[in-house]
Amino acid sequence: MSVIVLVEHTEGSIKKKSLEAVQYATSIAQKTGTTVSAIVLGTLPNDEMENLGQYGAHKVLNVPDARLNELHPRAYTTALLTAAQQEASKIIIMLHDINGRAVAPRVAGKLKAGLVAGALSYPDLDKGFVIKKAVFSGKAFAHVNITSDVKVITLIPNTFQLNKGEGKASIEKLDVNFSDNDFGITVKEVNKIKGEIPLADAQLVVSGGRGLKGPENWGILEDLAKELGAATACSRPVADAHWRPHHEHVGQTGGTVRPDLYIAVGISGAIQHLAGVNGSKNIVVINKDPEAPFFKAANYGVVGDALEVLPKLTEAVKKFRQNHK
Amino acid sequence: MVSLFGRFRGGYMKILVCISQVPDTSTKIVLKDDNTAINNQGTTYIVNPYDEWYALVCALELKESGTASDIHLITVGKADVEPVIRKALALGGDEAIRIDADSNDPFQTATYIAEYAKSVSYDLILCGKESIDYNNGAVGAMLAGLLDIDYIGFATDIQINGSSVIVKREIEGGEETDACSLPVVIACQKGVAEARIPNMRGIMAARTRPLKAVTPVAVDPVTEILAYELPPAKAGIKLIEADNMDELVALLHTEAKVL
Ligand SMILES: Cc1cc2nc3c(=O)[nH]c(=O)nc-3n(C[C@H](O)[C@H](O)[C@H](O)COP(=O)(O)OP(=O)(O)OC[C@H]3O[C@@H](n4cnc5c(N)ncnc54)[C@H](O)[C@@H]3O)c2cc1C
Repeated sequence: MSVIVLVEHTEGSIKKKSLEAVQYATSIAQKTGTTVSAIVLGTLPNDEMENLGQYGAHKVLNVPDARLNELHPRAYTTALLTAAQQEASKIIIMLHDINGRAVAPRVAGKLKAGLVAGALSYPDLDKGFVIKKAVFSGKAFAHVNITSDVKVITLIPNTFQLNKGEGKASIEKLDVNFSDNDFGITVKEVNKIKGEIPLADAQLVVSGGRGLKGPENWGILEDLAKELGAATACSRPVADAHWRPHHEHVGQTGGTVRPDLYIAVGISGAIQHLAGVNGSKNIVVINKDPEAPFFKAANYGVVGDALEVLPKLTEAVKKFRQNHK
Repeated sequence: MVSLFGRFRGGYMKILVCISQVPDTSTKIVLKDDNTAINNQGTTYIVNPYDEWYALVCALELKESGTASDIHLITVGKADVEPVIRKALALGGDEAIRIDADSNDPFQTATYIAEYAKSVSYDLILCGKESIDYNNGAVGAMLAGLLDIDYIGFATDIQINGSSVIVKREIEGGEETDACSLPVVIACQKGVAEARIPNMRGIMAARTRPLKAVTPVAVDPVTEILAYELPPAKAGIKLIEADNMDELVALLHTEAKVL
């Protein structure tokens, strides 16, 4: 009856957001009187897997097949269905990220299970199995009740603070019967942008709009991002004009971000832009127009020319970092 | 299950494009008094941007290049979604199918579409990355599961040659190139195609293109929305002088606790 949680890893270590998912699963397991089985697909050092116990995992079910170090949605589904059957699991948890979004709906469909895609809360068990999620790209929230026996949840990264505890998970090998079709997709090429912080999961984001005037001015924005350790983003017209790559475009028709801090530079704050960023815990707006709508959605505001304010802010962050080493 | 595999012959490729209707992006969400529903009075509806700009236009390009023969559009909705489907048809597509049902549940929606897709044997099913109303992004991957075929999400480029498919897709911090065979479900985002604007000829032609209503198979939803909530208003902004960035950093450290 254990709660199952899919754990993502890269280059031999577990992703932080997967620790969040394990901790989330642990809380649900405690409330429902069961334990957590973490599913690790692919190869990972044993101590990494054991350490999942620090976030509440009781045991790890590992499929040490190196092909699973890459995403194969069908193979992942086969493995998760095998684990769910073996453990008689009713609750399956993944992350609301690129991998989880390819696998969770497939698993849910196979099990005729209700899916909450993008959970922002623990399930409220008093009212059924009710979870809060953002709808209309963050313009509202819905409280969704899963009515099926089996429940599948994808959790939004960076929603809950991690609390490391004590504990060591036991490791068991999970035997899975894969078919050739499970590996129907061949990965031909992987291009990672070196040193880049993935935007979707970033805790700090510095984002630029048309107010920066042109791509030649992005250097000072990148300086700030670098000093902060932040990911960079942009408004849609900026991506449309090819000042910045498409994957940086955030908003209702681009990516959604929910960082601890979103710094918007020279962005007016149109409703479509706000939709993708209003889950940010803190928003700083830098805009030369005091009437810019973005100020209404901000916690902190600076009225001024971005080209002058940005270097000053970068300097201040640098000074702060030096004093707080 | 009907096997979709092996039916493909060059130039006879059949594409199904999943279309959903969503509120215009400028819509401000207003709730009904008891918070159990959205007040959609005065809301204008559009084709979900990801479906229209990328999935549908990609299908049209494949037809224009002689790779595809038939493009079918499918949606789940009652008769009131027909004007939006006509808008999609104004860009192109040979016929549209409307599964005559209301559904807010991804499993129900995916099952409706899967059951119809089995009856036609599509070679390629395209959908948008997600719909901008419920933001589940679940129907494509679920549909692929129900049809037992491959799924690739977050696609930014699609090339088809015979029955072989090469897709570029977003990964964390980069891009990956995947290869697979038809049939496949692909969820599209920016990069896959350039958005188009319908012309007068398209709008006229859309009026007479077949749009058929299909009775849904029996399937119960497995989720229900009990209530809605609007985001809390921001507590008020603190303005900081442009030449006092030390103060902003101090506030981010001591008050916001993000540094
Ligand atoms: C269907 C649809 C979908 C859309 N989806 C999205 C989306 O997903 N994401 C998105 O971002 N937009 C989206 N938009 C576009 C959106 O409506 C806005 O047009 C867009 O967000 C504006 O981008 P911007 O703020 O960079 O530019 P502008 O609106 O031009 O604003 C520039 C801002 O910079 C300020 N500024 C100018 N010079 C300076 C300076 N020197 N220093 C400081 N500030 C300065 C100005 O005061 C202004 O506020 C969508 C629109 C539609 C119709």
